Amino acid sequence: MIILGVALLATCTLIGVYLGDLLGAALGVKANVGGVGIAMILLIAARVWLKNHGRLTKGVTFGVEFWAGLYIPIVVAMAAQQNVVAAASGGPIVLIAATGSLVLCFGCVALLSRFGRRPEDDHWAEHGGSVIAGDAEELPPPKGTDAKTTVEPVRDASASAISAGRRL
Amino acid sequence: MLHGIEHVFIEQSLVAAFALVGGLMLLSNFAAKHLTNGRVHGSAIAIVLGLALAYFGGLYTGGKKGVADIPALAGIGLMGGAMLRDFAIVATAFEVDVAEAKRAGLVGVLALALGTLLPFLVGVATAIAFGYHDAVSITTIGAGAITYIVGPVTGAAIGADSTVMALSIATGVTKAVMVMVGTPLVAKLIGLDNPRSAMAYGGLMGTVSGVAGGLAATDPRLVPYGALTATFHTGIGCLVGPSIFFLTVRALVG
Repeated sequence: MIILGVALLATCTLIGVYLGDLLGAALGVKANVGGVGIAMILLIAARVWLKNHGRLTKGVTFGVEFWAGLYIPIVVAMAAQQNVVAAASGGPIVLIAATGSLVLCFGCVALLSRFGRRPEDDHWAEHGGSVIAGDAEELPPPKGTDAKTTVEPVRDASASAISAGRRL
Repeated sequence: MLHGIEHVFIEQSLVAAFALVGGLMLLSNFAAKHLTNGRVHGSAIAIVLGLALAYFGGLYTGGKKGVADIPALAGIGLMGGAMLRDFAIVATAFEVDVAEAKRAGLVGVLALALGTLLPFLVGVATAIAFGYHDAVSITTIGAGAITYIVGPVTGAAIGADSTVMALSIATGVTKAVMVMVGTPLVAKLIGLDNPRSAMAYGGLMGTVSGVAGGLAATDPRLVPYGALTATFHTGIGCLVGPSIFFLTVRALVG
């Protein structure tokens, strides 16, 4: 059932945010400490548990992935309600502090990303990426895996020809 | 007629927001495909368009919430508000590869520490350069460079005045906006193309809205990894800002 997926997501979020509030209170901070992060870890654990017990149904998956697919539009809506006027009229002190910390942090990302190995190929998490990107379409098969590769490009070509025809 | 449409938009605010944002995405994807030849992500264009709309909305209404202050577009405020934003961020965790996330755990912690300390130092240096001498103002502006929530939380805790608070918030918001726009531009340069660097990025940039927008515009696969560390950032900033950071600055400045 789809609602079970949505409810699972909601429950994880509520528990996570509550624990984040508790953690904040325990540390004496007037803020939520990592509530969303805790919720994410709970959801990952729930997925692993459901999968191991054979209960990760299509409905549950759809209920969660629907919201993951709405992520980018929600971020766009978030961008549209930022206080950009304040940011643009902050003056040099604001601009220098923001740019300086940004450049320094980008540099650190470059340094830290040199540690450790990278995924072997560029095809990691393709399913997850297409879900978060909001594409419900089937992905093209990975290149060079089996004999089908000789057939697939032809089908792709005809498919794009059809959609091109529709556009005309 | 126009009044009737406005009435529907106000009454059906969230539904109207879905339709409007969908239209904006469609427009952006079209522009990405045909104007930039697919070199720029459609979502990057959509986010920049959203920010531009927020600017004009803010000028028009004089409010603080971009287009969401226009009554007919209030649904944008709900759709992009903290509740649904966090809900959608949690949902992206469903796509996390546990092994990758575990492997990058230590890098994430290191990034969180650096991502709190470095912006604070830059903010402090800037505040001193611009003639602030008291520990309270210096700390508040420094905290604003961490995120736009850490700034006012710290400022309120140590009793900063409202001008300094406004500066501090503006610094944080500017940083968030710059992260959203700048990330896709520098992604290749800083090696932001795998789960490990995404976790480092989330911890270093911190600002959830900046990270959420920046990664969405760069590569959707990176989103959950960056969000995982970024969501701890503001909490940690609020923890150390009014305490360790303030006490250190006060000890040094007097």
